[in-house]
Amino acid sequence: MSAITFAVLGLILCLSAVGTARTQNLVHSVFWLASTLISTAGLFVLLGAPFLAGIQIMLYTGGVITLMLFGIMLTKRTQNTLVPAESHHQRFAFIAASALFMLLNVSIWGTPAFAELRPQPAVSTQAIGAYILSEQLIAFEALSVLLLAALIGAIVLARRSDP
Amino acid sequence: MIDPRLYLSLAAFLFCCGIFGLLSRKNAIGTLLSIELMANAVNLNLSTFAHTLPGGAAAGQAFALFSMALTVAEVVVGLAIVVLIYRTRGDILLELASDLKE
Repeated sequence: MSAITFAVLGLILCLSAVGTARTQNLVHSVFWLASTLISTAGLFVLLGAPFLAGIQIMLYTGGVITLMLFGIMLTKRTQNTLVPAESHHQRFAFIAASALFMLLNVSIWGTPAFAELRPQPAVSTQAIGAYILSEQLIAFEALSVLLLAALIGAIVLARRSDP
Repeated sequence: MIDPRLYLSLAAFLFCCGIFGLLSRKNAIGTLLSIELMANAVNLNLSTFAHTLPGGAAAGQAFALFSMALTVAEVVVGLAIVVLIYRTRGDILLELASDLKE
């Protein structure tokens, strides 16, 4: 049963990823990205991380997609967003991406340690929270400072510079 | 039980689609979309190892959460820069932003 779910989600994920990278129309590309993010959230549920799936849908699908759409609306260029297919950029990009994919697959399927990975007992959301707030407290606080800096930076960058 | 290496290959495919999009998009927002794909692949990878490494579930998911928060912050700043470039140059094609090139 979970194999069927994984197959369906994986197929949707692959198609959406190719759609995100290859669509000319930028708004269509954003919606393909939304489909990618939602199917990734489904895969998180299959991996025993429901909290992560919830955060993925709230933060990414809700937040990032909205931000991208606002960005597209403010910059008003939605067509012809890929370099021409005859240009050497696309061919080079395809060669680089497929070479990297082959290299990654060789290392994934060739590492003997990965063949012995087994699913471990799932951990509760409370345990993740306790872990973040006890062992990774410094990282948590640093992340808060970084988010504050990003927020202030974005506001300063994008405000109108009225004298 | 689904072989975890299938998840890893899926994440690798997502990452490579992101790289393809990154290198072949002329629009700055298209580039940001491809960076999103790559960050998503990283999170999928982290969750797979959180699921399958002994004792690593909490650490892996916390790592994935931090990664998500960082990616969102990066997208926010990236979009602010794109809006600024649009305001000063009138268009956001990447080839127009090559002032630092020789």
